Amino acid sequence: MNHATTPEIPADATVHEAGAHAGGQQHPIGVYLKVWGYLFVLSAMSYMVDYFQVQGIMRWVLIITFMLLKAGLIVAIFMHMAWERMALVYAILVPPLCLTTLVALMLIESDYTLWTRILFLDWGG
Amino acid sequence: MAQEMVTKADPADPMLEGLRDLASDWSADQEVFKSVHWGKAMMWIFLLSDTFIFSCFLTSYMTMRASVTEAWPNASEVFALTIAGNSIPLILIAIMTFVLISSSGTMAMAVNFGYRRDRRKTAALMFATALLGATFVGMQAFEWTKLIHEGVRPWGNPMGAAQFGASFFMITGFHGLHVSAGVIMLLIVASKVLRGHYDRSGDYSAVEIAGLYWHFVDLVWVFIFAFFYLW
Repeated sequence: MNHATTPEIPADATVHEAGAHAGGQQHPIGVYLKVWGYLFVLSAMSYMVDYFQVQGIMRWVLIITFMLLKAGLIVAIFMHMAWERMALVYAILVPPLCLTTLVALMLIESDYTLWTRILFLDWGG
Repeated sequence: MAQEMVTKADPADPMLEGLRDLASDWSADQEVFKSVHWGKAMMWIFLLSDTFIFSCFLTSYMTMRASVTEAWPNASEVFALTIAGNSIPLILIAIMTFVLISSSGTMAMAVNFGYRRDRRKTAALMFATALLGATFVGMQAFEWTKLIHEGVRPWGNPMGAAQFGASFFMITGFHGLHVSAGVIMLLIVASKVLRGHYDRSGDYSAVEIAGLYWHFVDLVWVFIFAFFYLW
């Protein structure tokens, strides 16, 4: 997901890129300050969702959007995934996709449990 | 044969080039993660396993919340604080989020100064990160105390669905444990930086590896904040 949300990397970052693998990650400090600022703004905006009591579909869309943007920024820039080799990037980012299967299965299961409780267990109580 | 395919591919396409690297790296009869510090690769693999642990917690929380017939307690009210006579919803959690994000920012800069061989700035930024982390854990302890006083238990609570307490204590407890462990690790690495340990070995990777773990703790909080507190 961070490929889509990876912000543009300043031109001088590519100069460092060749050396990034040899002597460790080396990027201009401004990149981190900018991302720090973005994370602050995104956190403030997701807090505003609750503060102004946005409800319904809009609430979930906003929460998920801000969450994914923040996660993408942290992984891509702070954790340097944007500058790592593809072999490492895919080894780390692809396996968690299995979790969507778990989530889907458990959603079906919880729906079944809910209706069992309502229909046969007198609303669970 | 393979050589032919390589020459046919458009060398200007970075995606194709990346895929070619991916295939040759994994099929090469040697190390896969080329020029990646072994400690960094291992930390990433540990973090991958940790991702699955936290995902299991969050998925079971989802399963419980989606299957209860009782109303789920409103996090906005449960975590509200009264400041100067006004009840502000979720304010403690918002402050905790900002504290943790700030600690991630100072950590990212510590890694940067580490690779610039700036011993003092690296150590100072790491100590700042540890301090912010400790602040976070302190606020979490305050939050736990408050909820326990209000009668929230893993098996029930006065606000609604009984499963709320179990999810809350399990998820935030495990995350808080990670933060606490991270603070200890940061203090150890920072004191080694200050003593010039990595200048002698000429390898500042330990700072970046500690940073990876710390950013992961922040990353997990992003998901907990969205799914547990805001949902």
